[in-house]
Amino acid sequence: MAEPQSLHPARVSLPKSARRGDLVEVKTIIAHPMETGLRTDETGRRVEQRLIHTFTCAVNGRIVFKAELYTGISANPYLIFHFRARESGTVEFLWRDDDGSIYRETASIDVT
Amino acid sequence: MTEKPRLTRRTLLRDGIAATVALTAVPVSAWAGPDMVEREIWRRIGAAKPIDGRVVLDLPTFAENGNLVPLTVRVESPMTETDYVESIHVFAEWNPFAVVGAFYFTPESGKAEVTTRIRLAKTQEVTAIAKMSDGKVYRATSRIDITIGGCEP
Repeated sequence: MAEPQSLHPARVSLPKSARRGDLVEVKTIIAHPMETGLRTDETGRRVEQRLIHTFTCAVNGRIVFKAELYTGISANPYLIFHFRARESGTVEFLWRDDDGSIYRETASIDVT
Repeated sequence: MTEKPRLTRRTLLRDGIAATVALTAVPVSAWAGPDMVEREIWRRIGAAKPIDGRVVLDLPTFAENGNLVPLTVRVESPMTETDYVESIHVFAEWNPFAVVGAFYFTPESGKAEVTTRIRLAKTQEVTAIAKMSDGKVYRATSRIDITIGGCEP
């Protein structure tokens, strides 16, 4: 796992190195309520919908996986996916929030 | 609820539930329903006819807690430039909103598979649709029983 930082909402897990052509498994999770817009708070007021609506993973700028998430995705969205190791570089993870926030994590991968 | 013009296996199965829902005066908008699933599928695949099979929906047959149901969807594919899975779409017919998620791949994805956790409001059928690079569309469904519904805490 990436170095834990208690205030950071997102975690990614993937190998630091791979051989060219290997399948790389990536696990990601982000702390987020994924408010459905159907919940009422303790005052009885409806809590507005707020989701992570899009997640992308890009290797050296090329998107290798994208997810559009809706209300049916559990809170603290968890995703496991793969990509084929091609060259060394930067893996960038982006989570886009309905409220306009963008959460970003990066990792390096060494491909030999 | 209006009569569905098409007589399909799904409408035969669901007519009983539709009648019950109407009698108990549950708001029509409370649950998605098979109509919304079909409409959302159409929006994503247009005129293409889904072929049953090839998509593997890995979902438990029952879950105590509908808030955190593990799901894996996969399609076996060489994932080459000329033959790959472009996207997988997941639907839950009796959630408040029918679309659960859409997952997009390229040949560089290496494997057309995603694992996540989903919320399911109640016992229902989950559908996965896979769109291939050659335009073909595949479909799988899986039924799951839910003890305590998700979507609301």
